[in-house]
Amino acid sequence: MLANGTIVPSSLSVRDLLWQVKWDKEKCTLCGRCCAVCPVQAIELGVHRKRTIQIPSLAEIGPSTTSSNVYQVYHGIRQKTDPAYGCTGCEMCNLVCPNGAIAAERSEEVDKQRFHVNQGGQPRRRGGRRNAPDSSNLGTLDRIKFTRISMLTDPALDAGRHEFELRTLLGRVLPPEENIRLYRENGWIPPVREIYPLLIGSMSFGALSPNMWEGLQMGVAYLNEELGMPVRMCTGEGGCPPRLLRSRFLKYTILQIASGYFGWDEIIHALPEMKEDPCAIEIKYGQGAKPGDGGLLMWSKVNKLIAAIRGVPPGISLPSPPTHQTQYSIEESVAKMIQSMYMAWGFRVPVYPKISGTSTALAVLNNLTRNAYAGGLAIDGEDGGTGAAYAVSMDHMGHPIASNIRDCYLNLARLGKQNEVPLFAGGGVGKNGKLAANAAALIMLGASGVQVGKYIMQAAAGCVGSETDRCNVCNIGLCPKGITSQDPRLYRRLDPEKVAERLVDVYLSFDTELKKIVAPLGRSTSLPIGMSDALAIDDKDAADRLQIKYVV
Amino acid sequence: MCRLIAMTSSEPLSPIVAMRALDVMREGHDGSGVGLFMSDLGGPFEELKGLPILSGICTGEGVKRLDQFMMNLGFMTKHKVSVRSSKKTPPAGTPRRDVYVIRAYEYPQTWDGLDRREVEFQLMMTRLKLRQMGEENEDMIIYSFWPDVIMIKEIGDPLQVAEYLQLDSEELRARVILAQGRQNTNYAINLYACHPFFIQGIASMTNGENTAFVPNREYLMSRGFPGYMGYQSDSEVFTHIAHYMLNSLGLGIEAYKHIITPLQDGDLESHPDAGFLKQLKHSCRRLIIDGPNCVIGRLPDNSVFLVQDRKKFRPAVVGGRKGLYALSSEMCGLEAAVPDRDKSKDFQPMHLDTVIIASDRSEVRICSQTEPLSPLH
Repeated sequence: MLANGTIVPSSLSVRDLLWQVKWDKEKCTLCGRCCAVCPVQAIELGVHRKRTIQIPSLAEIGPSTTSSNVYQVYHGIRQKTDPAYGCTGCEMCNLVCPNGAIAAERSEEVDKQRFHVNQGGQPRRRGGRRNAPDSSNLGTLDRIKFTRISMLTDPALDAGRHEFELRTLLGRVLPPEENIRLYRENGWIPPVREIYPLLIGSMSFGALSPNMWEGLQMGVAYLNEELGMPVRMCTGEGGCPPRLLRSRFLKYTILQIASGYFGWDEIIHALPEMKEDPCAIEIKYGQGAKPGDGGLLMWSKVNKLIAAIRGVPPGISLPSPPTHQTQYSIEESVAKMIQSMYMAWGFRVPVYPKISGTSTALAVLNNLTRNAYAGGLAIDGEDGGTGAAYAVSMDHMGHPIASNIRDCYLNLARLGKQNEVPLFAGGGVGKNGKLAANAAALIMLGASGVQVGKYIMQAAAGCVGSETDRCNVCNIGLCPKGITSQDPRLYRRLDPEKVAERLVDVYLSFDTELKKIVAPLGRSTSLPIGMSDALAIDDKDAADRLQIKYVV
Repeated sequence: MCRLIAMTSSEPLSPIVAMRALDVMREGHDGSGVGLFMSDLGGPFEELKGLPILSGICTGEGVKRLDQFMMNLGFMTKHKVSVRSSKKTPPAGTPRRDVYVIRAYEYPQTWDGLDRREVEFQLMMTRLKLRQMGEENEDMIIYSFWPDVIMIKEIGDPLQVAEYLQLDSEELRARVILAQGRQNTNYAINLYACHPFFIQGIASMTNGENTAFVPNREYLMSRGFPGYMGYQSDSEVFTHIAHYMLNSLGLGIEAYKHIITPLQDGDLESHPDAGFLKQLKHSCRRLIIDGPNCVIGRLPDNSVFLVQDRKKFRPAVVGGRKGLYALSSEMCGLEAAVPDRDKSKDFQPMHLDTVIIASDRSEVRICSQTEPLSPLH
């Protein structure tokens, strides 16, 4: 811009942006890879004009000599300052640069870009999780310690050599008296699945790229069939590829139905050809990342394949309604929906709802306890991830998972139904990399299992998104790692085999870490659900709230 | 660690025999207390088999309140045993008590016509009420109120306490005796935390710590049964789980291990009762314990049982001869209890075993968890 040029309100300097691209002219080979790879086109080829003043040496000075300006051109990159093209800090430029000549650096002061990301009156939408800029301030789950270590009065177990039963149950478990009576009378007993307590949470085919989905499915199949770990993965609201529906691998899959019913035409039509029942049906009523708001798949990601599976025209945005259109009362319509889904598979498949963390979770739970069919309740806390949501929903809406799950568990215990409606917790599990510790804490607070999505993307596919607003462009289909993009040029970058391998790595290491937690607590015969006497936290208020010990 | 001894004999025995057996296992316990359970009584109680016997400890004031309360309910004292502490000073650590209560009562007339279950419920509620009264004024500790059952618990070295309380008295004779040398771990010193525990004819004592105590306790307390209370010790859940299984689920003691430590995948799949056991494992999941534990108990039919948990980290041995068997934490305890036995028949139960000795004392029955259960009726 010229010194006397006009400026508009959203004219920003590079320094005003959240991320500044630092480029080293000396190292740059001008190969152009950085500009080609940048998902948001934050940088472009820069043709820079530079003036050099050439002053003759004293010896050369004569009457005819004058100083002269030499104008030179050099090539390099230029960072765009239009907020629409703001660098997201994904560092793909750095990843592809042969000489390490380029890198993004975070603005040292609060950026001004944030005030201009609503161009056209459209609030910011993004993928990822709730932004929590101060990552050194650990969340509640990270601060929970396991303090009841077996010492002398009972022996701590050998995590490496002892046998452990770390399964959990998904499905409605009857009270023992009723269960025995129905078994004797050959009555209907609700289906219950014995599964691994770490579930891959709902990430749809569409939100994820085909390669990512395939990699996860391969990893899940390997974990089940080669390693004997009954790991389950939920489809999210995007239907399920037709071949998977007709394969034996369907039994490792939890099919999700949500308010847009995307993909269910395909699923219903595949019913007669299914070789196996799915593991379960999850009815999504809410999601922790955007509580009270519907799913969102933006038009750019709806290609022909996605459109076919979901049963919609390609190239249109797919916002699901915030709630199921048929839902007018939890007693009636939710019960009916649960029963309808049971009926579709002949009452052989557990059906459970998923809600976002909320202070009304108890009301939902109380209702489900009176519904003889509800096979569990999944609660997704405020730190849950998403492929696309309004930033305001992600950052400010929702309920932390720890106290939500604890309240629900204690309420079940008061009702005597703590073994009947299994609770599954999600939302920020492993947010700071402490997956096993977070999962174990939630289980001991009362969860029967945990759902995890974002961690899997980070660990199994190298997602670089963070809670300090790095990358987080899952919504626009330009994921630089090919995890959430639908453009073959992008998702080809992700090798499904390697995703499967990493998923197996994640589960095996999680399993070892979980044993390293439960073994010193003397637990091996069953998953320590509700073993709150093992937990403590160094915050009196949090300890009181969660009804665990306070330690300093 | 606790040390346990259970004896079941065709001839009534003095509890001092069990106390001596505990004493030889002294190295394994800290001598901090003793719990004694006796049933299938001999001596003067032989003739009073159907009448409920109250066992506990009272202060002078407490006895007056107890008598008043029982009289108001219509219970008439039929027989009482004075367990009188000898005049000399109590052993180190044992407090001086006013009265050790062992009293058999005549049922109130108002209870005539109540069915057995109702009588049993009322007996338990009476015990709970007395316990509550005692806790309010700290003047009564009530262990049991049940026909043909006597319990004594006290702080101190088992044998010294037994001698101090003159438990070798002719009046105290029983065919089933459970005794435990108690080391109090994890929880405050409290006589209610002392094994054996008792509820409606079922008694059990445990060696080891149950790390699944809190979920077990939560589940039992939420059953809505007033007797599932107390829990000053993590081992009390074993007694209550057995009670729940026998009374609410109608299952035999052979199923006990299938509830507290169910079989794992492969074994479960190949079990003849796989279908049923899987249901049991699922619906009783919150009653799964996590030992190491060895549980020895007595059932209402005067049979005794012993189970080991899945890990089998606690010692136990069973042996004896027809008419006299002992279940003991250690071989030396068994040796002291039944020296004249065929030692080659001594048996150390492992992680799948349930040992049952019926009240005819004719044999030691071993049920493996992998064997079929008796058919459901």
